[in-house]
Amino acid sequence: MVSFDIPQLSYFLLGPILIVLCGAVLAVVVEAFLSSRTRPKVQLGITLVTLVAALVQLWRIRGATTMDAAMGSVAIDGPAILFQGSILIMALLGVFLIADQQHFTVVASTLPGSSEERESLQSGEQMTEVYPLTLFAVAGMMLFPIATDLITLFVALEVLSLPLYLMAGLSRHRRLLSQEAALKYFLLGAFSSTFFLFGSSFLYGYSGSVSLSGIQAAVSSSSGNSVFLFIGIAFVSVGLLFKVGAVPFHAWVPDVYQGAPTPVTAFMAAATKVAAFGAMLRIFYTAFDNAYWEWRPVITTIAIITMLFGSFVAIAQRDVKRMLAYSSIAHAGFLLSGVIALNKAGLEATIFYLFAYGIVTIGAFAVVTLVRDSQGEVTDINRWAGLGKRSPMVATAFSLFLLAFAGIPLTSGFIGKFSIFSAAYESGNTLLVIVGVLSSAIAAYFYIRVIVLMFFTNPSEDATSVVIPSFLTSATIISAFVITLFLGVFPSPFLNFISSTATFIR
Amino acid sequence: MNWLIILGLIPLAGAFVLSALPAASELLAKRIALVTTLAVAGVAIAMATQFQRDNVDPQFVQSYSWIPTFGINFAVGIDGIALVLILLSSLLAPVVVLAGWNEAAGGRWSVKTFYILILILQTMIIGVFSASDVFLFYVFFEAMLIPVYFLIGGYGTGARAAAAVKFLLYSLFGGLLMLAAIIGLYVLSGEQGGHTFDIAALSNLQMSSTTENLLFLGFFIAFAIKAPVWPFHTWLPDAADSAAPGTSVLLLGVLDKVGTFGMIKYCLVLFPNASKTFTPLIITLAVISIIYGAMLAIGQKDFKRLIAFTSISHFGFITLGIFAMTTQGQSGATLYMFNHGFSTAALFLVAGWMAARRGSSTISDFGGLQRVTPIMAWSFFFAGMSSLALPGLSSFVSEFLVLVGTYTRYPVAAIIAAFGIVLAALYILIPIQRALHGPTTPGNESLSDLNLREKIAIAPVLAVILVLGFYPSPLLNVINPAAQHSISQAGFSDPLPTIETHSTAKVGE
Repeated sequence: MVSFDIPQLSYFLLGPILIVLCGAVLAVVVEAFLSSRTRPKVQLGITLVTLVAALVQLWRIRGATTMDAAMGSVAIDGPAILFQGSILIMALLGVFLIADQQHFTVVASTLPGSSEERESLQSGEQMTEVYPLTLFAVAGMMLFPIATDLITLFVALEVLSLPLYLMAGLSRHRRLLSQEAALKYFLLGAFSSTFFLFGSSFLYGYSGSVSLSGIQAAVSSSSGNSVFLFIGIAFVSVGLLFKVGAVPFHAWVPDVYQGAPTPVTAFMAAATKVAAFGAMLRIFYTAFDNAYWEWRPVITTIAIITMLFGSFVAIAQRDVKRMLAYSSIAHAGFLLSGVIALNKAGLEATIFYLFAYGIVTIGAFAVVTLVRDSQGEVTDINRWAGLGKRSPMVATAFSLFLLAFAGIPLTSGFIGKFSIFSAAYESGNTLLVIVGVLSSAIAAYFYIRVIVLMFFTNPSEDATSVVIPSFLTSATIISAFVITLFLGVFPSPFLNFISSTATFIR
Repeated sequence: MNWLIILGLIPLAGAFVLSALPAASELLAKRIALVTTLAVAGVAIAMATQFQRDNVDPQFVQSYSWIPTFGINFAVGIDGIALVLILLSSLLAPVVVLAGWNEAAGGRWSVKTFYILILILQTMIIGVFSASDVFLFYVFFEAMLIPVYFLIGGYGTGARAAAAVKFLLYSLFGGLLMLAAIIGLYVLSGEQGGHTFDIAALSNLQMSSTTENLLFLGFFIAFAIKAPVWPFHTWLPDAADSAAPGTSVLLLGVLDKVGTFGMIKYCLVLFPNASKTFTPLIITLAVISIIYGAMLAIGQKDFKRLIAFTSISHFGFITLGIFAMTTQGQSGATLYMFNHGFSTAALFLVAGWMAARRGSSTISDFGGLQRVTPIMAWSFFFAGMSSLALPGLSSFVSEFLVLVGTYTRYPVAAIIAAFGIVLAALYILIPIQRALHGPTTPGNESLSDLNLREKIAIAPVLAVILVLGFYPSPLLNVINPAAQHSISQAGFSDPLPTIETHSTAKVGE
């Protein structure tokens, strides 16, 4: 007789994710039953309360270290708490931006240019499905870096990806571009998920187990056919590298960053990176660490190509969002250097970098949402000329974010870059450090070019205006500004916190 | 409270006060800036009197833990060389503020912003010379670029934005190479007993010669761009051309000294063996800089570019003195840094006043100035004489020391470098003859002479040049022990004189 064990779930430890999922379901119900007038405020309230509650719950479980939260499918440990906390904070800041509904299409299901679209615009009955979608995505992102078996990883990957595909298509202005971006993201994302699943099946074939610890045990004892292992590692890596936007799996990044509504881009660019790199760190550090001889050269090559490609191509960009997209590709390369380091310093550096980079990214895109003309946002770089004259505060904030991207001292970006390169150097990867430094120098060029445009160039004829930021948008920009400076000048508390907690359990 | 920290905080406090002012109160902003820089100068002089000149250990030492995770301390402490450079920057700052009283008027932003940038820059300059933690040094080294960038781009003339970007990109590139080298040091120190950035601890690291050479290059290229040494110099003429005269004084007079200072304090101390390995190469580059800078200076049609190229030549001398690895060479180089700061300041300020009056800085637009504006013309003449190292003026002492110090070890280099002096006479005397003497060219008849403010600004500079020309010992006494110490730390000793000394007893018989 087949016995059936009741799954033992620790609701307390899974609390943060469960809270977010409950909030998401509640938001779906609200979307269906509440009138369009009250909906935006209620939805925003629910989302913010959910995220804050999840953060509080996360704080309550901060010391926990266990594999038993969900029958060994998830690990609650230091890095897990750090990843989840980063994702929640970024989601909060992102939702502040999403609250400005000007960016979102009124009814997403109407055809661009159709009479239904005009009607919906006139009626002004704003749909607010973006809130539950955000919460579902956040739940997926929180699960992804703590999952310890391939099935859970795949489920989390899909839960985080599917809402994002939809969210990318919600832009109010230039809807065709937005929908094209969504479709591209969906198709390429589906491919990459398939690759991930395909790789997982090989890993299962190799080790007879879907859990990371099982795979690690099989790698250590080198039982099984190692060809299966290599294929498995390769295809799982493809799935992960796609999500982080590393070359040659980066093609979607510029289009999606450009097409998606900017608040969504901000949230996605920051939080997806944390989730995907979190999962990547966990897989490579706990499952594949003994096979590093096999994957390290490949990932090193990818990191080098990614850094150089992102930096070089960004120079040619004329659109702020595309420029930030290519810069995010370059940053994915820097982050990969931390993954490759495969030591504790690398883990800590990557976690710090992810947080610092995510906050800066949200701040930068928040500024992008403010620069508009009658047609919506203006992302043509040349039309940002003279911004420093007209709105010095906004231009100063954007300059600080650019300097942080470039890794100038006294910003969080510098500490991040320093720690990640020193980890790479420590692991003996001098080449990676040199390429990283050189591509930082290349990248500095286009960051500085934007600063020059804003401060040293006179405004062009069809000048843009900076809208008065809403309270929540200002809150996002100011928090990002303060965090970026604070982590640049006094990184110690956060670094200490990371180094005292960041140890993976198996 | 530590002297250095007080010194660094004063300009920062001044900048805070300024930032609270309304943009309209320009005169008040200028006065606050002047008072602040004067206070810094006063405190710097007071600090110098407290300096024990025979003590080769770092003085005014203070250390706070900053980022313990990486072993980074906010640590300061100076030796004689750093003291001289801090004095230089502190003394020049009030001169710059006073001389460039109306400089900020043509800027992109308010007058107040100009002085805020200057004061922030001054804090960073003091920081970069005081740091005794490599990481802290790097932070100041890089962060310093931002105010300079906005000073050139916001308050310069002509193609100022392009010049500012060129300056920033060159410096950032060098800085990033240095960052790679610093990361290398950090990792090595971690392998050999704990992460640290303390210079003294890092100078005891064991490393293979390949590693040492690479790390040395990371530092040296950054400093060679900053200094600048040929072939890393191309940003300087553009920056000097576009920047306002006061900014140029700070840039060439003080900031670029960070490069040569770094060579002494970081390249020689941290990588003595690599310094030895690369000495022939660097000496060659220095000699090329001397001759190349002088040759190009002769060909310049514009005062600002002329001064920029003379500086390249002078930085060649400084680099030569540093890598001659003799006490005389190094003392001479340090004294040279100080003197070059003052003579370049005088040249730039007077040239700036000439250009502001004439509306052009092209040499051929001037002529017969000594008849129209005698005080301005003779001030320029005086500064020019100092720049070509006329005996009796300060630059002569330092140039002489550098050449003597170099000759004892590298006679060929010293001889070639000596030709730089001949060329210096050409590049200074030709423009002086064209602009100051001869008949007054049309358009110059009604130029006004220096006003009282300008006289007050230039007088102390010229006085320092003259006094140090006759009596350099106060500075040399501070520099010599430090130079000797740095030479011996790099594992060198001065070559013995080749002539035997006869005992004096026989003479008396």
